[in-house]
Amino acid sequence: MRQKPTDARSACDDGGGAPVTETALPLQAQSRGWGEQHPGTIQVLLLAALGAVTFAALMVGRYMVPPETVAAVILGSVLPIDATWSSTTACAVTVVRIPRIIAGLLVGAGLAVSGASFQGMFRNPLVSSQILGVAAGAGFGAAIGILLFDSLIVVQILSFVFGLLAVGMAYGLSRVRSTTPILMLVLSGIVVASLFSALTSMVKYVADPMNKMPAIVFWLLGSLNHVSTPDLMVLGPIIAISIGGLLAVRWRINVLTMGDEEARALGVNTEHLKLIIILLSTVITAAAVCMSGIIGWIGLVIPHMGRMLVGPDNRYLLPVSVLLGGAFLIAVDTVARTAAPAEIPIGILTAVIGAPLFAVLLRRNNPGW
Amino acid sequence: MVGTGNSISVEDVAFNYPGGASVFTGIMLAVEEGSVYSLLGPNGTGKSTLLKCMAGLISPSHGRVLLDGRDIAGMQPHEIARRVGFVPQTQASPFPFLVRDIVLMGRASHLGLFAIPSTEDEDIAADALDRVGISHLADRPCTGISGGEWQLALIARAIAQRPGVLLLDEPTSHLDLGNQMRVLDVIRRLAGDGITIVFATHFPDHALLTSNRVAILKDQRILAMGRPEDVIREETMRRVYGTDVRILHLGDPFNRRICVPVAGRVKP
Repeated sequence: MRQKPTDARSACDDGGGAPVTETALPLQAQSRGWGEQHPGTIQVLLLAALGAVTFAALMVGRYMVPPETVAAVILGSVLPIDATWSSTTACAVTVVRIPRIIAGLLVGAGLAVSGASFQGMFRNPLVSSQILGVAAGAGFGAAIGILLFDSLIVVQILSFVFGLLAVGMAYGLSRVRSTTPILMLVLSGIVVASLFSALTSMVKYVADPMNKMPAIVFWLLGSLNHVSTPDLMVLGPIIAISIGGLLAVRWRINVLTMGDEEARALGVNTEHLKLIIILLSTVITAAAVCMSGIIGWIGLVIPHMGRMLVGPDNRYLLPVSVLLGGAFLIAVDTVARTAAPAEIPIGILTAVIGAPLFAVLLRRNNPGW
Repeated sequence: MVGTGNSISVEDVAFNYPGGASVFTGIMLAVEEGSVYSLLGPNGTGKSTLLKCMAGLISPSHGRVLLDGRDIAGMQPHEIARRVGFVPQTQASPFPFLVRDIVLMGRASHLGLFAIPSTEDEDIAADALDRVGISHLADRPCTGISGGEWQLALIARAIAQRPGVLLLDEPTSHLDLGNQMRVLDVIRRLAGDGITIVFATHFPDHALLTSNRVAILKDQRILAMGRPEDVIREETMRRVYGTDVRILHLGDPFNRRICVPVAGRVKP
């Protein structure tokens, strides 16, 4: 359990002040890692990793495309290059894989950054953006859409609307004398989420077990399989703008982690800021669910991995969560569509791959939060 | 270095809990620019509540709090925070932010919603760390410092707000003797720089050591107020705390009064 001593410790103490006794330090408050001192470098490295994962995802699949062909196809769409590849190859890369990869990037980045924002706002590293019931509500909307209608667009609209509705209910329920105490928000979220999961179970119970029921279950497990270009045209900008909004307030989230009262004493309009964060995170998650079903785990774990890399400062944690979340989901989706003859629901894979990976990181780093 | 906004006064302030129970009524305080004002009183008499009213964190049920004659009820949180710094009772951060980043949070009231602190803000935070004498802690995670260091970090954070008035809620309560004196020393130095200071404390001696005005809260009102040597008397302290104390005079070179409890000497 004891952490290896690192040379970063001595680097921290060169402030020239009074010597500090080592024994006064609790075990959890270990010295800063290399990444915490070089957050910019970490971001550049992650950006490169995201590029590499994206490129690999373009190559790999049931239909393998060699790297030089991938590069040529992509360049060929903007430059006048003679097509030396078949139209099947071009179709696999541009029509099938690119939209799916963009969706993976947006959903992964969005879920991770909204999870990180919520962890700061709730002052608790154990929450994700689903804590206010958005996923439960959106899942119910999708389930009822599949049960009653046969149109994908209706299912998506219902999913989005019910996601927002659930969080609206939780937020309304938590208002006490025009404030929203964090404890009330959490409890209201739990209430609303349980209500909507019960309703979803009811829909599953009455659904036709031959075709409707599997469709609902598959939706709830999450997949990037049915993402279409029109979906991306509509939902992509919504998610991207909301991610940008959260990134814009990222330093203020630092202040919010001190608690409502202290943040107000520091001059932050906390009700205002909390509403902005809830709204943006909810829109991201609802849009993600209506594009790809419920993908759990990312919003909880990616921010933790980010914190291991660059520390708790949201100025760096949020951009790192964006890059890490995007790369992680693209990678997992690539496994989902290639590992087995039939596609594996991605919600299962994010947990099956993410959980052991996270467990290993947790044991090795013994982080201080 | 400090601009306007250095006097704070409380006019006929009352605070009731939402259920209706009264904490205090009819509180009047006028804190002059550059003075150090201490609030004494037993547990639960509302010293913290009064400070929170003065910081605009809660609204009094009755009465007004005036900053340089202006009612704070009509001011935005950032407007108040640029003039009034509030140092809460010790509460740990759930995340291991570096001490320098905790202090940087003091710049929030000077920055817009979408702003990231500039190097100028970082300099102001570094200066605040220097003024309370904890520059050497800048790169330490705040979860790994002692209670006294955390208290000084919170004071530095309030200094980074560049306030004219500093309110401190029991800044010496959880500290050992050495750290208590270190905090009082910082308070004295900040007052020397022209910052008006109001602090709640459980130690009459700390009021004698640092302040030029004292008010005692007891039974929902102000029992006594004035110069420390007039207010902190053996008879008053016995009434306030229900225990016997002696006020002694330390001769040269200290030349000051001290207030010591004499446990076991209470008359039957």
